[in-house]
Amino acid sequence: MLLNIKNLHVSINGKEILKGLNLGVNKGEVHAIMGPNGTGKSTLAAAITGREGYEITKGEIIYKGKNIKDLSPDVRANEGIFLSFQYPVEIPGVSMTNFMRTALNAQREYRKLPPMPAAGFLKKMEEKKQLVEIHARMTNRSVNEGFSGGEKKKNEIFQMAMLEPQLAILDETDSGLDIDALQVVAKGVNALRSPDNGFVVITHYQRLLEYIVPDFVHVMYDGRIVKSGGKGLAFELEEKGYDWIKKTA
Amino acid sequence: MQNTDKKYNRLEQSLIAFFEKKKADLSANCSPKIVLSRQQAFDEFQRTGLPTSTDENWKNTRIEKLYNESFQPDNPPTGYEKSASEIFQCEIHGFDAHVISMLNGWYYCPEGMQLQTLKDGLVVGSIIAAQKQYPELFDRYFDEIAQNRKHGLTAVSRALFRDGVFIYVPDGVEVKKALQLIKIVNRDEKMMVNSRNLIILGKNSKLSLLHCDDSINHNPGFINTFTEVQLGENASIELYKLQNINNETALLNSTFIRQERNSRSKVNVVTLNGGLIRNELNVDLLGEGADADLNGIYLMDNEQHIDNQVFVNHAVPNCTSSELFKGVLDEKATGVFNGNIFVARDAQNTNAFQRNNNILLSPTAKIDTRPFLEIYADDVKCSHGATVGQLDEEALFYLKQRGIPRQDAYLLLMYAFTAEVTGKIAINALRSNIEDMIKKRLRGELAICEKCVLHCNHPVIPLEFEIDMSRV
Repeated sequence: MLLNIKNLHVSINGKEILKGLNLGVNKGEVHAIMGPNGTGKSTLAAAITGREGYEITKGEIIYKGKNIKDLSPDVRANEGIFLSFQYPVEIPGVSMTNFMRTALNAQREYRKLPPMPAAGFLKKMEEKKQLVEIHARMTNRSVNEGFSGGEKKKNEIFQMAMLEPQLAILDETDSGLDIDALQVVAKGVNALRSPDNGFVVITHYQRLLEYIVPDFVHVMYDGRIVKSGGKGLAFELEEKGYDWIKKTA
Repeated sequence: MQNTDKKYNRLEQSLIAFFEKKKADLSANCSPKIVLSRQQAFDEFQRTGLPTSTDENWKNTRIEKLYNESFQPDNPPTGYEKSASEIFQCEIHGFDAHVISMLNGWYYCPEGMQLQTLKDGLVVGSIIAAQKQYPELFDRYFDEIAQNRKHGLTAVSRALFRDGVFIYVPDGVEVKKALQLIKIVNRDEKMMVNSRNLIILGKNSKLSLLHCDDSINHNPGFINTFTEVQLGENASIELYKLQNINNETALLNSTFIRQERNSRSKVNVVTLNGGLIRNELNVDLLGEGADADLNGIYLMDNEQHIDNQVFVNHAVPNCTSSELFKGVLDEKATGVFNGNIFVARDAQNTNAFQRNNNILLSPTAKIDTRPFLEIYADDVKCSHGATVGQLDEEALFYLKQRGIPRQDAYLLLMYAFTAEVTGKIAINALRSNIEDMIKKRLRGELAICEKCVLHCNHPVIPLEFEIDMSRV
């Protein structure tokens, strides 16, 4: 199993947000996590990627057979965990090209590979840019600086394509996207799906799942997964609304 | 008010004794104007003494800690033996410049080269040599540019300077090749080096000048430099200052720039290391259409102190000015930024901008920033702002989430922070040189005299990690 989360309890500033969450993701699978606001979906993403301030009080996150509790965020990233941020950060002064090259070579170094030669790197950039329909001018600018909401989300998928993670977590990648951008993002994700990697797609709406078809849908409520099913569950949710879950929870 | 009972500190006493003993010697070869100027400055100094942190303009800069040191104020000239490049190699290299140098406060050149006119029409040399050759320029500009904001230490440099640099760009001369001034301090005793420079740009002239205070040995010292810059109508100067000195040395650079109509000044002060460094940048915009673009970057750690004092006087309408100073302070480093924009009553249609951003990397680092506007005209556009903060935790996490180790993420963000200032350096080769030095400095690899033939016995800190910040 690629990711195996067992009875996970996570607190922020002493307040328990995740209250015994279980989730298993195999290679080649796409899992959608849905649920109302404030149920801990983003906390789950933060806990998996090792964000500071998210304290695991109980349970464990097993990734590729190892408990990753004590690994720093960069080591987790180098082990193949990628997060598409809900709110991508603007970093003035760091060009996209420079940023991507630094990240890619950091990951290569971790895997004991030599730095990627400039020509090969540029070729790869071009290839992946086309995948998510990014315009040339975007990569010459500072990371996310002045990008529109849609550009920022495309940029996340672009980075994912560059870094080729084994486990990708997409946190509300659809929020703030118009239908065209949504399709581009979905196309990018679908192109990266393979029998070797897994996806956790966090979303509030069923809409994204029309384009990125999940193998499993989980519904989160109050820090736990309260219902799991196939892709049909998403449509059921759309129809009945989250109140239905709240009642059954 | 006569302060006959004034108690002088150790440094004041030695400076007074030096002047009284060497008065005739100091005035030898000097025109009556300079002799008088020295005497007036000395009287002023005796009256005011040296500035201390109790003075409003020196608040939070504990300059007085130097005053009980025994600095040797007299530095006999060293005969020219080796070419400057045999004594030192400035950090900034590989860029095409005409190099001049000062050694221990004296203009350093082979015999008979004290004043030369270069091929492109530029006149450079010793200020003492020049005052004989160009009396009319000295009548017009010497001591006339720096009017306000002088103090006890500028009085000392004006009274006691042995030598300095004279640069004259005649009307219409656009100097293509940059001029690099390298100040070398190399004596076995603790020295106070007082020097003064005069830089004159005629109408429609152009000059790029790099002023390096980075070639000094490891002895404590006190470098006190007074510089007057005249920009004639439509003249343009790019002035870069590079400061990289040891932790025991204090450096005061007092620069006064006077700008006539449509002239442009572009200043970039890069402070990489030093015990106590104070940069005073005073710009008088006296002709309409003049523009001043003043920038600085400082990277301090240990118990280093940086003080940037920037004063822009908008005396007439339709001038523009911009001040952008950014700094990173780590460990117990302290800093002061004092930015002043003064807009006179008649200076309508002034456009002035000022910003100071700081990053404190440790809880014991401190910055005192005071952006200040004083506006008497009503039709102006002025903005100012200052920030003091830490590195953005969100951005750090973002970088780490992409696999970039914490320390490299830190570096990348700090480097990005400085890029806004270094990006304004117009000479490409110089900019990449300075950016490389900043990278090294941020990595902790920059030895003060890394490239200096004289003092290269200091080991370079081994490279602990690599960060790929090359341009693709």
